Amino acid sequence: MSDKLKHVSQSRLINETSFKERLIETVTKWEFILIVLFAGVVIFFSNASPYFLNYFNLMNTTFNFMEKAIMALPMIFVIMCGDIDISVASILALSSFAMGHASAAGAGTPEIILIGLCVGMVCGIFNGLLITGLKIPAIAVTLGSQSLFRGISQAILGDQAYTQYPESFAYFGQGYVGDTLIPFELVLFLILAAVMGFILHKTSYGRKLYAVGNSATAARFSGVPVARIRFTNMVLNGLFAGIAAVLLTSRIGSTRPNIANGWDMEAITLVVLGGVSISGGKGNIFGVIIAIFLLGYLKFGMGLLNISARSMIIITGFLLIAAVLIPEMLGRFKAKRKLMKQQA
Amino acid sequence: MKKTILELKDIAKYFPGIKALDNVDFTIRTGEVHALIGENGAGKSTLVKIMTGVYQPTKGKILMEGSEVHFGTAHDAQAAGVAAIHQEASMFTELTVTENIFMGHHLRKKGGTLDWKAMRQHTQELLDRLELDINPDTLIKNLGTAQRHMVEIAKALSVDAQLVIMDEPTSALSLHEVEELYKIIRQLKDEGKAIVFISHKFDEIFEICDYFTVFRDGQYIGEGEVATSSVDEIVKMMVGRSLGHMFPKKEAAIGEAVLDVKGLSLPGFFKNVSFTLHKGEILGFFGLVGAGRSEVMRTIFGIDKKSEGTIVLNGHEIHISSPRLAMQRGIAYVPEDRQEQGAILEMSLSHNITLPQIDKISPFGVLNKKTEKTITEEFGNKMEIKAANWKVNANTLSGGNQQKVVLAKWLATDPDILILDEPTKGIDVATKAAVHEFVSEMAAAGLAVILVSSELPEVLGMADRIVVMHEGHVSKVLNRDEANSDNVILAATGHEEGM
Amino acid sequence: MKKSIEKILQNRELNLVGLIIILLILVTIRSPRFLELRNVERIVNDTAILIMVAAGQFLVILTGGIDLSVGSTIAFSGMAASMLNEAYPAMPVYLILLIGVLVGTALGAFNGSCVAFGKIPPIITTLGTMSIFRGFTFVLSKGQWVTAHEMTSAYTMIPRGRLFGIPNLTTWAIFIFIIMYYFVKYTRHGREIYAIGGNKTAAHFVGVSEKKVNFMVFTISGALCGLAGVMWTARYAAAVNETATGFELQTVAACVLGGVSIAGGSGTITGVLLGALFLGIINNALPVVNLSPFYQMAIQGFIVLAAIVANVLMEQRNEKKLLNRRRQ
Ligand SMILES: Nc1ncnc2c1ncn2[C@@H]1O[C@H](COP(=O)(O)OP(=O)(O)OP(=O)(O)O)[C@@H](O)[C@H]1O
Ligand SMILES: [Mg+2]
Repeated sequence: MSDKLKHVSQSRLINETSFKERLIETVTKWEFILIVLFAGVVIFFSNASPYFLNYFNLMNTTFNFMEKAIMALPMIFVIMCGDIDISVASILALSSFAMGHASAAGAGTPEIILIGLCVGMVCGIFNGLLITGLKIPAIAVTLGSQSLFRGISQAILGDQAYTQYPESFAYFGQGYVGDTLIPFELVLFLILAAVMGFILHKTSYGRKLYAVGNSATAARFSGVPVARIRFTNMVLNGLFAGIAAVLLTSRIGSTRPNIANGWDMEAITLVVLGGVSISGGKGNIFGVIIAIFLLGYLKFGMGLLNISARSMIIITGFLLIAAVLIPEMLGRFKAKRKLMKQQA
Repeated sequence: MKKTILELKDIAKYFPGIKALDNVDFTIRTGEVHALIGENGAGKSTLVKIMTGVYQPTKGKILMEGSEVHFGTAHDAQAAGVAAIHQEASMFTELTVTENIFMGHHLRKKGGTLDWKAMRQHTQELLDRLELDINPDTLIKNLGTAQRHMVEIAKALSVDAQLVIMDEPTSALSLHEVEELYKIIRQLKDEGKAIVFISHKFDEIFEICDYFTVFRDGQYIGEGEVATSSVDEIVKMMVGRSLGHMFPKKEAAIGEAVLDVKGLSLPGFFKNVSFTLHKGEILGFFGLVGAGRSEVMRTIFGIDKKSEGTIVLNGHEIHISSPRLAMQRGIAYVPEDRQEQGAILEMSLSHNITLPQIDKISPFGVLNKKTEKTITEEFGNKMEIKAANWKVNANTLSGGNQQKVVLAKWLATDPDILILDEPTKGIDVATKAAVHEFVSEMAAAGLAVILVSSELPEVLGMADRIVVMHEGHVSKVLNRDEANSDNVILAATGHEEGM
Repeated sequence: MKKSIEKILQNRELNLVGLIIILLILVTIRSPRFLELRNVERIVNDTAILIMVAAGQFLVILTGGIDLSVGSTIAFSGMAASMLNEAYPAMPVYLILLIGVLVGTALGAFNGSCVAFGKIPPIITTLGTMSIFRGFTFVLSKGQWVTAHEMTSAYTMIPRGRLFGIPNLTTWAIFIFIIMYYFVKYTRHGREIYAIGGNKTAAHFVGVSEKKVNFMVFTISGALCGLAGVMWTARYAAAVNETATGFELQTVAACVLGGVSIAGGSGTITGVLLGALFLGIINNALPVVNLSPFYQMAIQGFIVLAAIVANVLMEQRNEKKLLNRRRQ
C-alpha cells in the first residue's frame, strides 16, 4: 500500500526497507521472542531428559493445560476490549458443580454437557449485564462474582464432592481422537483456536474489537455497537469456561468447590504473555498460542527434571517478565542504532 | 528594544519513516509576536515540542539568550522561562481548574507543603484577567470545550515565562474569547515577552503578529515582516503556488426536504430547535462555542437522547438511539473532537478510514483487504493526507492531517445526509479550499449537508441558508443572499431575535 | 453542617458511609452484641493490615496500574523478619521491623524498576513477581514455618501492645492513613500521581516524569507490604509460606469499593479507608451471625457485588443531578 500516498514529499521519507532493517524488525517482535524461548525450552529439555522428546509424552502432557488454554481464547477478546474477567475459574467451578448435581440426579452425558455449557453462559450473561447495563468496570464486577459463583457451589456442596459421572462422560477429558494418540482436548482446542483466530483477524467483528479496545468513544461515534460487543465477549468467556468445566470435570472425574482455584490468573497470564495489551487494542492470537505451549511444555520439562514446585513458580515468573523485557530492550537498542545511523 | 531570546540552529527531528524537521533555523525576539506558518504536517507542532522540552531534537542546537541549553524534560524548559499552549488539549479532566493550572509547578509553603490557598487565589486572578466566569474548584470534566481552552491559556500564563508559545490556540474559541486572547497577547508583548503564534487563519496572523516564518515539508522556507507582506506572498511560500478560490461554492438545485426537525429539546443544552434540510443544500449552523450546535447534531446522530421533539427523515418520523442506527438511515457525522471522537489514534490510517463501513464492505463479516485498500487510497488521497504510508497509526500524524483522516472516513461512507461539525478545524488553507470544493461538489450531486462552523467566512461562503443559534435556541435563519457578517454575529450574540 | 460533611467526604464516600451503616444495622439486628466497643475495636484492628496495604495499592491504582504482588511481598518480608527474630532473639524488635520494611521496599523497588525502566506493564510485572516472591519465600524458609514458640514475645507484641488504650496495630494504620492523606493531598509528588493516572501526555507536557512516579508508587507499596508482613506474622504468631495468599484481590476490592477509578487518575484515601472497613465488617460479621462457614464466600461475594452496584447507581444518580444543576 505504501507506494500510493500522493501528497507527501518523497524527499522527506526515510527509507528503511533494507533486508537488514527488516530482519531486525522481525527479530525484535514479541512473537519471535516467544518462539525463540519455546525453541530454547525444547532444546534444553530434550538434552536434559530422554523422556521429553517422546511423541506419547508430548501429546499426553497437553491434558494438563488444554482447559486453561481454552479459557484463554475468549479472554483475548475480553482483554482486547480493555476489560478483564477474574471470575472464569469460579464460573468453571459453578458449572462443574451443576454438572455434578445433574449427574447425581441421573442425567445422561448429553444433558450434563448441555447444563455445563448453559451455566457457563448464564454466568457470562450475568457479568455482561452488570458491566454493560450498569456501566460498572469489569474488574469490579468480576471481583464480586468471583466469590459469588464459587461461593454458591461451596454453599451447597460444603466439604462434599460429586464423583459419580456416566462412563461415556469420561471421553471428553480423557479420550483420544480415533485410534491416534492425539487427545480430544488438544484437537478441540486447535479447532476453537482456529475459529477464534479467524474471528479476531479476518472478520469485521475482530476489527471492531481492536477499535473498541483503542477508543471506545471513537468506536461508538463510528457506529460500532460497543456495549453489545463487550457483552458478547463476556458471554463467550462464560461459555468457554463451561467448555473447560466439561473437560476438566470429565478428566478428573470429580467436582469439589475448590476446583480450578486460581485459574483465572493463569488464563490471564497466558493472554498477556502472548502479547495482548492489558489496556486493550493490541495483540494477536498467535502470540497467545505460542505462550500456551511455551508455558505448558516448560512445566512438563521441569516436572521431568523433578524441579520443585517453588522453583517452577519462580522460573515462570521470571519468564513472564523476560518475555516482555527482552523485546523492549531490543527495541530500544534498535531505536538508538537507527538514530546513530541517521545522524551520521 | 528587541533582543534575541531563543535561537534554534540547524534543528532536525526524525520519526520512524519520516523527517518531521530538517535543517531548521528559527530565531525569536522579545517584544514581538512571531507567527509560525506552514501546511499541515509542515513540522510546526514538532518544533514547539522541541522548544518546550517535550521532544529532544535528533540534531541541532538550542540557544537561550546566547548560551546553549538542553531541555531534557518539559520541566527544564519551563524553568528556563518557556511556556506553551499545545495544539491538542492536554488537561487532567478529573482534577480541578486550579490543579490543572499548577500541575508541574505547584506553589509550596516553606516546608514543602502545597499551598492550595495561594494557588486558588492565583487561579482566581488569572481567570479574572481572562474575564472568565469559572470557579477555580470546578473539575475540568464539567467544562465545555472553549472553557477548557481558556484554562489552557491561563495555565500558560501562570508560568512566569519569557517566551509563550501558542499552537493553534484559537481553533476552539469563539469571537469574544479570541478578542480576550488578543488583549493578553498585546499585554505580554508590552511587557517585553516573546510570543510564538501558530494559526492557519490569516486574518488572525495579520491582526496580531509582527513577524513570520514559513516552513514547508519540515524545512525552513523564509521569513519576513507581516506588515510589508501580503497573504498571497505568504501562501506562495507555504504551498509553493498561488491559491484559487477559498469558497468554490457550486450552484446546486435545492431538492425536496430530507430532514425535518421540529421542536427538538435537550434540557440544559438546547430547546425547541426546528429546521429543515433539503437535498443538494448546504445548511450552515453558526453560533458561539457552547451555543448548543454540536449537541443538536449529536442528538440527530443518536449519541445524546432528546427529551422532546420529532425528527422526520424523508417523510417518516424516526427514532434514533445509536450512531449505528443513524448510519443505517444514511446519516454521517464528522464530530467536533478529532482526538476523542473522530479518529482511533492507535489504529492505522487504513483501518480508521474503513471503520464506519467495515460491516458493509465485509461480505459475510469477512474482511476484504482489496476493497479496504481501494477505499483508503481513494479518500485518503482526495483529502491530501500526508503520512509515511497508510499503515502508520493516526497518532503519528499532525493535527490537521488527523482531521483529514476523520473527514475521509466519513466521506467514504457515501451518506445521504452529511453533518460536518467544525470540519476544517486546524486544516491549512490549501486543503481547506480542497475540502470546500469537494463538499460543494457532493452537494451539487444531491447530498444534503449540515455545516456547523465557528468560522464566519466559511459559513457565509459555503452555506445556502444559515441557522444561527444562541444559548441553546435558534435565534435566526438567514438565506444566503440576505446574510452578512453583521446580522449573523448580531443573531449569534443574542442581540437580534426572531425568524 | 451537612455541607461541611459533604465537603470532607465526596459523594461517593458518603454513599459508602451509608452502605456501612446499613450493613451494621443488619448485622446488629441479628447479633446485638456486634456493636459493642470491644468488638468494634477488634474489627478495626483486624482491618488495620488491609488498610495499610490498600493504601499502597491505592497509589498504584491511581497511576492506572495494579500491584498483584502485595500478598507475596507480605509473605516474603514477614518470613524474613520472623526468621531474623528466631535466629537472633536478642535483636531489638524495632530494628527487625525496620529490616522487614526495607525488605518490602526492596521488593517494591524491583517491581518499580521493571515498570519504570523496563517498561513492562504493571499487571505483567506483578503477575510475575507474585510468583517469584512467593517462590523466594519457600526458598528462604526451605519450606519450614516459624511458629509462635520460635518467636520472641517482644516480636509478637509489636502489633499487640497498646498506646493510650489503642492497640498498636490500629495506631499504625491510623498513622499510615494520616501520612498518606497528607502525601497525596499536600505534596508535589502526591499530586503527580494523579497527573500520570489522569493523562500521561498532559503530564509529559508539564514535565511530570512517568518513570519517577511509577518507581515511587511501587516502592511505597512494597514498603507498606513490608510493614504489613511484620505485623501479620507477629499478630498471628506464625510465619508460613502461604501468608496473605489472595490478599491482593482484597486490597483491590477495598480500592474499587472506595471509588478509586481502576483506569487511574481519581480516588481518595478516605474512600479506600471506608472500602477496607466495609470489607472488614463483612469478614467479621459473617461468623458472628451464625451462618454455616460454607455460606460465607457466596454471601461475601454477593454483598461486595451489591455494594459495588449500589455505589455505582448512586454515583450515576448524583452525576445526573449535577448535570441538571449545571443546566439550570
Ligand atoms: N510522534 C510521531 N511519530 C511519527 N511521526 C510524527 C510524530 N509526530 C509528528 N510526526 C510527523 O511529523 C510531521 C510534522 O508534524 P507536526 O505535528 O509538527 O505538523 P504541524 O506543522 O504541526 O501540522 P498541523 O498544522 O497539521 O498541526 C508530520 O508528517 C507527522 O506525520
Ligand atoms: Mg500542529
